Amino acid sequence: MSTTTAGVEPIIAASKLEKFYPQPDGSRIQVISPTDIAIYPGQIIALLGPSGCGKSTMLRMLTGLSPTSGGTVFWHGQPVRDESPNVSIVFQSFALFPWLTVLENVEAPLEARGVPDVERHKRALRIIDSVGLDGFESAYPKELSGGMKQRVGVARALVVEPEVLFMDEPFSALDVLTAETMRGELMELWLGKKIPTRAIFIVTHNIEEAVILADRIIVLGRNPAHIHAEFNVNMAHPRDRKDPRFTELVDLIYKALTQQVHPENALAEQHRAAEAARRKDIVMLPHTRPGGMAGLLEILEDHNGRADLHVLAAELSLEVDALLPTVDTAVLLGLLKLVEGDAILTPEGKAFAHADIQERKAMFRKSVLANVPLLRQMQQALKSKTNRTLPAEFFQDLLDEHFSEDEARRQLETAIQWGRYAELFDYDAASGKLTLTET
Amino acid sequence: MPSPALLPQHQTPLPPTAARPAGSRWAYAFLIDIAVFVSVFAVIYGVYSIGRSWLGPVRAESEISQDPRSLPLYALYSLVRILVAYVLSLVFALAYGYTAARSRRAEIILIPLLDILQSIPVLSFLPGVMLAMVALFPSRQLGVELGSIILIFTGQVWNIAFSFYSSLKTIPRDLREAAIIYRFSGWQRFLELDLPFSTIGLVWNSMMSVAGGWFFLMACEMFVLGDRDFRLPGLGSFLQTAAGHGNTRAMLWGLAAMVTVIVLMDQLIWRPVITWADKFKFEQVESAAAAQNSLLNFIRRESFLIRFYRRILHPVVEWLTLRFAIGAKRAAAKIKANRAAKPRRWYGWVFAGAAVVLLIYGASRAVGELARLHRGDYFDLFRSAGLTFLRVNLALILGALWTVPVGVAIGFSPRFARLMQPLVQLAASIPATALFPVILLFLIRMRGGVEIAAMALMLLGTQWYILFNVIAGAMAIPTDLKEAASIFKFGSLDRWRYLILPGIFPYLVTGMVTASGGAWNASIVAEYFHFQGRIVKAPGLGSTISSASDAGRFDLLLASTLIMAVIVVLINRLLWRKLYRLASTRFKLET
Repeated sequence: MSTTTAGVEPIIAASKLEKFYPQPDGSRIQVISPTDIAIYPGQIIALLGPSGCGKSTMLRMLTGLSPTSGGTVFWHGQPVRDESPNVSIVFQSFALFPWLTVLENVEAPLEARGVPDVERHKRALRIIDSVGLDGFESAYPKELSGGMKQRVGVARALVVEPEVLFMDEPFSALDVLTAETMRGELMELWLGKKIPTRAIFIVTHNIEEAVILADRIIVLGRNPAHIHAEFNVNMAHPRDRKDPRFTELVDLIYKALTQQVHPENALAEQHRAAEAARRKDIVMLPHTRPGGMAGLLEILEDHNGRADLHVLAAELSLEVDALLPTVDTAVLLGLLKLVEGDAILTPEGKAFAHADIQERKAMFRKSVLANVPLLRQMQQALKSKTNRTLPAEFFQDLLDEHFSEDEARRQLETAIQWGRYAELFDYDAASGKLTLTET
Repeated sequence: MPSPALLPQHQTPLPPTAARPAGSRWAYAFLIDIAVFVSVFAVIYGVYSIGRSWLGPVRAESEISQDPRSLPLYALYSLVRILVAYVLSLVFALAYGYTAARSRRAEIILIPLLDILQSIPVLSFLPGVMLAMVALFPSRQLGVELGSIILIFTGQVWNIAFSFYSSLKTIPRDLREAAIIYRFSGWQRFLELDLPFSTIGLVWNSMMSVAGGWFFLMACEMFVLGDRDFRLPGLGSFLQTAAGHGNTRAMLWGLAAMVTVIVLMDQLIWRPVITWADKFKFEQVESAAAAQNSLLNFIRRESFLIRFYRRILHPVVEWLTLRFAIGAKRAAAKIKANRAAKPRRWYGWVFAGAAVVLLIYGASRAVGELARLHRGDYFDLFRSAGLTFLRVNLALILGALWTVPVGVAIGFSPRFARLMQPLVQLAASIPATALFPVILLFLIRMRGGVEIAAMALMLLGTQWYILFNVIAGAMAIPTDLKEAASIFKFGSLDRWRYLILPGIFPYLVTGMVTASGGAWNASIVAEYFHFQGRIVKAPGLGSTISSASDAGRFDLLLASTLIMAVIVVLINRLLWRKLYRLASTRFKLET
């Protein structure tokens, strides 16, 4: 835990915050395991993690948008359900009202707080000016570029002078250059103390973004979400991406993200193990298409079978969250090993990279049947039927016992993709039926 | 920093002002003044005569004129009836949709109920509504008027409610969260999120509803109920009276008057409203060509509507919003203070209990009513249901047979579309019921002419839904698919099989669903008609409902309505919903 904040009262403190979905049979699907998070004044905190790991849910619980299943969020020492925290959110999708002009969009939160119109205009125009939007007051969002839209999003968030500004992947819908500009502008507002905001909490899956902006970086692990590692960033702004300390930290975070076990989090790991045992032979499938994995293996083979994930991601101009599921798939199927942030091809992986399409399918089929219990179950269930056909819903029900409804659906979709690629079964989308492929 | 007063006042970029010679400016202003003056007097007279008529004593059997000179006033009466019914529908639909979308518990009951209510034809509501209204205002024409308005309302309201409900259900999560995190009061959320998001759907459904109002106008303005004969002066009763007397000249005059009113409404209300609604499109990027409407531009520039908005509406809304914002803050504080005390729910239980008791009572009375029917009656009912079933589906098939090729031709050729679109829209806007007497003139002498006429009316009333959807579907087929079909030299059979039919399928299903429901509802006017002093009827469920209503046979009316509702809901569940699912999975064009 960070020690720089000792003695300072946190603005928001969450203790034993967790999220789970109770199941009809009395068990529960744990999405976020009990977690402590504190937001201190004067800090930018970045919450980092692969997509679908529960970052956004965490943010929504901290702001009071989403109910917690357990634990309490304290706002200046008071539980949030007794207190409306003075916070704002900048959304990934901007979430602007398309039928309101820029000015009206920015005024809306003030209107909600009962600020009369003259005062409202004045405050909105001041903030619009400070994010560089003057001249666009009467434009509608659809007339603006992505960057300009997010400036409106930021202006709308800042106009109520929030104590904590929450940002949910604010720049990930923007192109690289615009995102970089926006980060610079945000830091200018923050460092120049041009806004009364006392802390910023930013959710991102972009490691470099986190290192550029944040004073503290929290890395989340998956299944269920838990704090995997924490880093304090003690570098002066503006930070230089070429600085060796910068690249070193980025590398370190990469390793934390890809490493399965982290010594600081033995407890969380225990929890995970218990959870896995409860799920027995259910393995969570990463949501990838088999075709993408073949490409990754081929590129690795070009690197003589071993490459730093960091380098690999940069080369493919992908972000972690796009690359990791593919890596996870290859690891699950025994085609790849991860050693200290490096991806290493196994002999099977090497063979896969060199195989032609039919051989690949055969290898894939063998590997999924060995490593993915769900597909094995599906094949057996189909075999046991005389007409070799079952509705996909049948397996959906099985998965519902282990995953949330959405996740169960995605799991099944992925399993069907894999099964079709492996030529285990056919799927008719119109009737929703799976049919065993006769061999 | 610019001061608020210096901000540009217009909402969207205005098109270049139409060049107007400087010298004619005075004349132009003068003309406008004259027009306003005349309109004001017309409005005052209209309000006066409507007031006199509504508040006057009951004239249950008042004579309906067949003189074309009474048409302007009759048109005004009908217009006001339809508009009042529409405003009622809108308010009710907003409340209904909002409740269904916001409350899980209400949703479970309200949405299936909507399905059923939608399948009940207007005439089935007639006796209940009429008797209640006349009992409420026994000595005033107002009772009959309100009855007629509520009848029109029952034909207009359901699709608007459904549209609003489904819009509310599809508001993106981010926008909902933004409204919560920025502490919008319920009122502000309704005004700045719920309503704008639903506007486009509401506008299109309002157009459909009002068109439906014109369609059933004749049934709603003049009807017999047992031994009482209700006639309200209006376009519908004018047309019906003319048809009843076989007065061809009056029929044509009435038809012309109705078409004029509808075309004027289209140009003066719906076109500008559709263009205006464009700003509520939920899109992130501006579409290439912004729609233009000269009347809307005129209103935006200098009309009293804008002044009314700035001086009165805007300040009122502003005041309300601030009130609600402060109110919401107080309420939140109160709830938090009282969180410890568990809210008592006894009133909810009392209400639910009362509702259940009433329902049981109503149901037992209904069963009592139905028990009075003989077995023969039921036999007749099922036979007529079968006949109407055949008629409806034959009409649908015929409709699809001609609209699919024509719609595809229009949709594929932009030039043809530009030419045909206004014509088709005009044709579609003429209520088939008004045209019906004219058609009957020719068919009545033929053998089986009544059968053909009934089907023709169903066809006329519903084919447009199919046509418009097919046009939209054909236009939505991507060019690259069409090019692929050409490159591979598809013959016309293959083109239809692999490209066109799958491409338009989802749209065709949407059109057919609406048309099917419409055709069942239309059967009440299609199978039963007062013409040239006698009743022309084709055996079927629709004519059973109409004649039961005429004769005041509540038992028969109840039974036939029940059968129709069950059939329509069953067809929806068993056929259309499945096809819908197929359309949204297999035949969805995704990129």
